[in-house]
Amino acid sequence: MNYFDYLQVFVYLLLLVALTPLIGNYMFKVFDNKPFKAKGIFSWLETSIYKTIGLKPDSQQNWKQYAFALLSFNLLGFLFVFVLQLIQKQLPLNPQQLGNVSWPLAFNTAASFMTNTNWQSYAGETTLSYFTQLIGLTVQNFVSAATGFGVALVLIRGIRNKLNSQLGNFYVDLTRSVIYILLPLSILFSVVLIGQGVIQNLNAYKTVTTIEKNQQVIPQGPAASQIAIKQLGTNGGGFFNTNSAHPYENPTPLSNFLEMLAILLLPASFVYCFGKMIGSVKQGWYIYMTMFILFTVGLVISVYSEYHFSSGVFEGKELRFGTINSLIWENATTAASNGSVNAMHSSLSPLSALVALFNMMLGEIIFGGVGAGLYGMLIFVILTVFIAGLMVGRTPEYLGKKIEAFEVKMAIMGVIAPSFIILVFTAIACMTDAGLSSLSSKGPHGFSEMLYAFTSAGANNGSAFAGLNANTNFYNLMIGIGILVGRFGVIIPVLAIAGSLSEKKLIPVSSGTFRTDNFTFVFLLIAVILIVGALTFFPALSLGPIVEHILMITGKTF
Amino acid sequence: MKRNRNSSFFEKKLLIEALKSSFVKLDPRNQLKNPVMFVVFVGAIFSTFMLFTNFSGFNLQIVIWLWFTSLFANFAEAIAEGRGKAQADSLRKLKTSVMARKMNGTKEVLVAATELRKGDVVVCEANDIIPIDGEIIEGIATVDESAITGESAPVIRESGGDRSAVTGGTVVLSDRVLIQVTCDPGDSFIDRMIALVEGAKRQKTPNEIALTILLSGLTIIFVLATVTLYPFFSYSVSQSATKISLTLPILISLLVCLIPTTIGGLLSAIGISGMDRLLARNVIAKSGRAVEAAGDIDVLLLDKTGTITFGNRMATEIVAANGVAEHYLAEITQMSSLSDDTPEGRSIVTLVKDKYNLRGRDLSGFHIESVPFTAQTRMSGVDIREKDGKLLKSIRKGAADSIKNYVEAAGNVYPEEIEKAVYQIANEGSTPLVVTENEKVLGVIRLKDVVKGGIKERFAQLRKMGIKTVMVTGDNPLTAASIAAEAGVDDFIAEAKPEDKLELIRIEQADGKLVAMIGDGTNDAPALAQANVGVAMNTGTQAAREAGNMVDLDSNPTKLIEIVEIGKQLLMTRGALTTFSIANDVAKYFAIIPAVFAGLYGFGGVNGPLSKLNIMHLQSPESAVLSSIIFNALIIIALIPLALKGIAYRPSGATQILRRNILIYGVGGLIVPFVGIKVIDLIINLLHFV
Repeated sequence: MNYFDYLQVFVYLLLLVALTPLIGNYMFKVFDNKPFKAKGIFSWLETSIYKTIGLKPDSQQNWKQYAFALLSFNLLGFLFVFVLQLIQKQLPLNPQQLGNVSWPLAFNTAASFMTNTNWQSYAGETTLSYFTQLIGLTVQNFVSAATGFGVALVLIRGIRNKLNSQLGNFYVDLTRSVIYILLPLSILFSVVLIGQGVIQNLNAYKTVTTIEKNQQVIPQGPAASQIAIKQLGTNGGGFFNTNSAHPYENPTPLSNFLEMLAILLLPASFVYCFGKMIGSVKQGWYIYMTMFILFTVGLVISVYSEYHFSSGVFEGKELRFGTINSLIWENATTAASNGSVNAMHSSLSPLSALVALFNMMLGEIIFGGVGAGLYGMLIFVILTVFIAGLMVGRTPEYLGKKIEAFEVKMAIMGVIAPSFIILVFTAIACMTDAGLSSLSSKGPHGFSEMLYAFTSAGANNGSAFAGLNANTNFYNLMIGIGILVGRFGVIIPVLAIAGSLSEKKLIPVSSGTFRTDNFTFVFLLIAVILIVGALTFFPALSLGPIVEHILMITGKTF
Repeated sequence: MKRNRNSSFFEKKLLIEALKSSFVKLDPRNQLKNPVMFVVFVGAIFSTFMLFTNFSGFNLQIVIWLWFTSLFANFAEAIAEGRGKAQADSLRKLKTSVMARKMNGTKEVLVAATELRKGDVVVCEANDIIPIDGEIIEGIATVDESAITGESAPVIRESGGDRSAVTGGTVVLSDRVLIQVTCDPGDSFIDRMIALVEGAKRQKTPNEIALTILLSGLTIIFVLATVTLYPFFSYSVSQSATKISLTLPILISLLVCLIPTTIGGLLSAIGISGMDRLLARNVIAKSGRAVEAAGDIDVLLLDKTGTITFGNRMATEIVAANGVAEHYLAEITQMSSLSDDTPEGRSIVTLVKDKYNLRGRDLSGFHIESVPFTAQTRMSGVDIREKDGKLLKSIRKGAADSIKNYVEAAGNVYPEEIEKAVYQIANEGSTPLVVTENEKVLGVIRLKDVVKGGIKERFAQLRKMGIKTVMVTGDNPLTAASIAAEAGVDDFIAEAKPEDKLELIRIEQADGKLVAMIGDGTNDAPALAQANVGVAMNTGTQAAREAGNMVDLDSNPTKLIEIVEIGKQLLMTRGALTTFSIANDVAKYFAIIPAVFAGLYGFGGVNGPLSKLNIMHLQSPESAVLSSIIFNALIIIALIPLALKGIAYRPSGATQILRRNILIYGVGGLIVPFVGIKVIDLIINLLHFV
């Protein structure tokens, strides 16, 4: 590592923190429907949408109605993308005449994009038409991120409500998220990316003759518009197969830096927005601090492992921008449930891969997915408050709301759902030929390939370890199911918690109250996250990256 | 109730009983109630069956320790229940077959107490045992309630008012009363107390249920982690070309070590012992829910009298009028109270004796005629006459305005400085009593409501704990404010009517606060029922005792503070042991994972790469597994005393308490098993158990 590497890490973290209150405050104004300067530019769109679908913007739903609206909207989105892929050959904007997609792959892709996971078993340039990418995937990139915002907003409202069940309206949250936050930022960002050289066209692929007189096909397409939202909306599904390692997706050091920043920007800012919305910016910052510490520690381990144990090993890393950029990206993309990559995670040193896996296994709560990161973290907050809160001699409460049997039940369900997918599905893969035949490595690294795939699915991350041939019926279906359980197995409990909290009394704070806005709480929260995470996955990790690391340092390889 | 307060943990009889019921509790229906321990139970059964197909000394030892884990948890519960049972037995002795003198119209019939029904009327005279709970409808009697309260001084019970309830099993010492039976046999106060302390009707409290859900959730996660370990392991074995196996007993051991057995095994003991600790302080909680709520209390509603002050006003000062020697005033004051038997009167005598060194005077040569206090005159005093009846001195003391009328009616001047002194004393919340001699004012006595010693510090502690104290008093606002300031309560209601309490509780509860109060009268009953923790005094009416969710046998209003502390201690103990239990798992992983994975990728050698994780240097895989499972079982036994006593509790702010407990039970929970497992590993290797 040289000074520029250190400097870059520093500038990256600094900019992230500096932008947090700015964007966070803007989000607060949007979500709490406060006036702000440029609102007029977009508000006509909002009102005309409401008029079209006949919705009163101040209409309210209880948690069950909200959940029903969310699930049916997502189901429609899923079916639309699914069918689109099955008939894309008959649809326009398909200059390469790409054929219809097989149903298991179409299922996997539709589930993946609808849930903000964006796991890709396919290679974009050889599988999907421009029409499918634009109308199917890009649209889901927006609405899946907006869905995440919606769930988190319901939880926030549940916390601050007093004895009522009005938790907002799904369609209003969806519309506002897209129109005021995701769309403007994406437009802005794609223009910048186009300026850096990311392509945006509907041309047929170009065949060129290389210097060595070989023929090479260069894919084209409307990339910039999808890349902006894939980074901002913690989607991560690349336009091209190699994702942001592709020069058309990520051409310059500046585009690389901005894309890395975009990964964490909205999830991080939303934590600040949370503080504003519950009326205590301080509470927000302490949760932010928890996430920031977890992120930084992961990054440090990852960087140390890479430079100390496998320096000089460049296979699969981002050579244009340097190893450090592969590592920042790797940590950001697995911490947030982004899943885009600019390097192949399979090529990372074992401990780096361990950090990537562990980031995801914790449930994507280190900033995490847009909205999803916050509500995932709040699940752990509830568990922490419950375990440690008892130690102050009161029944547990968080932000004035009693945490009781129902909340604990739902919170623990939200933890079990992804863990179930990660452990049980990996175990199934271990026991079946269908699972094992896709491996490209032997030994612990092969185990990591399977573990990574289902971790990525269960945690709705979407990044791939590379190496595993995931485009088989077994993996397409298993991962697709895993993604759905990992998403809705958390969302529904969270909505239920919101519904239950919403109808509770607000208990005033006293000096006997368990404080959640000090360093003791940050320490406790980190301890609970790490211990629960480590206890669940330590055996699995020890058979993958840990044993691989020990083998590597003792000079044995597979 | 007469209880053996020294019933220690190691008492032999209790121990034997508990041992017996540890085995009885192996009944699967009982085990199912506790999901964590049920998993251990099933694991123990499985590994026992495995012994038939795959016997080895090692497997046998695992099986033994798995059963021990189950038994130890049962033992913890049994011993907690046993302590309650011992107390229940002493209560049951009260229920010996008493004959009751039932009134049949005007005739007395002798019937067995068990045949009495609600509404019957019985008569009790001196030395009769009151057959069953009831309400005195006629007469007044002194009653010995020591069987229930442990307090030897007899109490007065009379018809009407707030002292009419009597309890079956107590003894009438004097007089004759008619008692109307208020409950059917089997439902009396003692019956319910027996049921409560025995834990027969014990239901899980809300927080206990929530914690059980959390522990079950963690158990599910660990089941997932251990069950999937087998395929993960098989894959790794197939890749590393080694022939090692992962047996079911080892997997079960790992699972049992990981699931939170420590807290799972002790959870019900903690709950039972919380109620037990209350009982040791002579408070009976009608439900565990009430004990839990006590920990959450935000507002304490305290009656001034008896809680904050001693209940009787006491003389603290005398102020002489101009031209009157203080010593002379003291003398006259003493005389004024010589025949005054009220606590106030006695306190005046005490004051002058202590302050002016005045002994009782020899007045035998005089004829003394005491003038008692009446509502009309609002003064009392003595007339001292010569033997022949000539009036020597007429001494009076009384309320300022009535004395003023009395003095002015006799044509004397009511001095201005006395008027001022009276005003000042009243202003400071005390009661002025003006003293006269022969219709002339001599001075003023200050009667003060004396605040109990140490109460201010107690309230300061409560404030630190985040609990607001509200004093309720019938005094005027002035007096109330002054006492409130002196005692350091946060708020007060003066000139309080019983409805005011209810209203205040409602207001505080609407703000989301939890309120505790103590009361005795029938008109306290609605407020007692409304309060989150309503403590009825045992001396109170039946209505009050029905309405509250706790009964204080000592009828000591200060008890409320202790009740809150016990509630907090109960919750803290639960949290601390949960934290300890979860923190323990880290060490167990470091013991078992390297042990079972040691051979993997070892290229033929025994010590593969993962044996590097054996940071405790446990001597063999078998001893590592065995040490962990032994530690896991023994820690339950080791923590039983803590579960029964509750963790150390010092009143202070939430953050300080939290930091302290994290340090002891969180960090301690990380370190202790590393040491414990290592020590056990050394011992079992020394003894060649593996």
